[in-house]
Amino acid sequence: MPHIDLPDGLFGIRSAMAFRPETAKPLNELVEVLLRGQNSLTPGERELIATYVSYLNDCYYCQTIHGAIAAASLNDEELVKRVKADFQHADISDKLKALLVIASKVQKGGKHVTAEDVQNARDLGATDVEIHDAVLIAAAFCMYNRYVDGLATVQPHDDEMYRQRGKRVAREGYVTVSKEYLAASAAAH
Amino acid sequence: MAYIALPEGLPGISAGFAFRPETAKPMRELAHILLHEPNSLAPGERELIATYVSSQNDCYFCQTSHGAAAAAHLGDDEIVKRVKADFQHADISDKLKALLVIAGKVQKGGKHVTSEDVQHARDLGATDLEIHDTVLIAAAFCMYNRYVDGLGTWQPQDESMYAAMGKHLAEEGYRKPSMATAEVA
Repeated sequence: MPHIDLPDGLFGIRSAMAFRPETAKPLNELVEVLLRGQNSLTPGERELIATYVSYLNDCYYCQTIHGAIAAASLNDEELVKRVKADFQHADISDKLKALLVIASKVQKGGKHVTAEDVQNARDLGATDVEIHDAVLIAAAFCMYNRYVDGLATVQPHDDEMYRQRGKRVAREGYVTVSKEYLAASAAAH
Repeated sequence: MAYIALPEGLPGISAGFAFRPETAKPMRELAHILLHEPNSLAPGERELIATYVSSQNDCYFCQTSHGAAAAAHLGDDEIVKRVKADFQHADISDKLKALLVIAGKVQKGGKHVTSEDVQHARDLGATDLEIHDTVLIAAAFCMYNRYVDGLGTWQPQDESMYAAMGKHLAEEGYRKPSMATAEVA
């Protein structure tokens, strides 16, 4: 049971966002820019970073929904599993591997990132914006994951639900989808 | 030196914000709502939560700037130091102590928060909204702190700069660049 009286019928971060629409707005706008905005990293690559950090933080809801969004973006569920289990041997670019190393350091704490980690990513073709965004995606998921688990939100184990939602978010985006559940929850209260 | 080519002369998060205005906008807005907009928790209390979490994350820029904002709100430098060193014996309300316990758990990881921690805060008068905002402030500073340190930003050790920044933040909030940023930008 959630630690506070969250709206019924919503799961994970959606229940927390519906509880507090004022903070939901910038939270959705941030994730939209980071994971779907114009970028030289594809949405699928950025969703893999979000999924991997959420997995390291052991947040079931976030790693499953972002894993589903990544799978929908990349049309490959197996790749998502491989990245979580052992990204160094997954079929992704060396540049993305170097960015995942940086993201995993950020997950432990910002000071774990070294100049060598960044140089390695740069040597493999990463731009400053890509490095910036890898750091901020990892940092932001250290927030979203703590928000979702810190309130003890309801996180159903239902692969098909996450798969369908993942397809929809990959198609329509975070802000668009959020308007629907925030409005529905406001109407119910 | 920062790991990427951040604008020169801007300290801490201001450099990340200037480098990437698209992400700065929602990050500023989130801090403004959480720390500055009207709330049953005073802005000074919320700044203490932000300061404490930043100190647990060992982020010099964030704990010093938000500590200065808290001191400006509360008119008290000493209480900020006490809260960082040992909040259970600081001169703050029992409710705020219970919320700081929750924030400290969130800093370690969301699953560390127990229903007993939450019940204890509620018994001392905390509302659901206050508990929500405490969790989200702590979670958000686990982002801001990692962002500031993960980019290797410049974090000058200059108390007068932070005092001026804290005063500006306490008065104006987070939507616009702070005074220190505006001066060098």
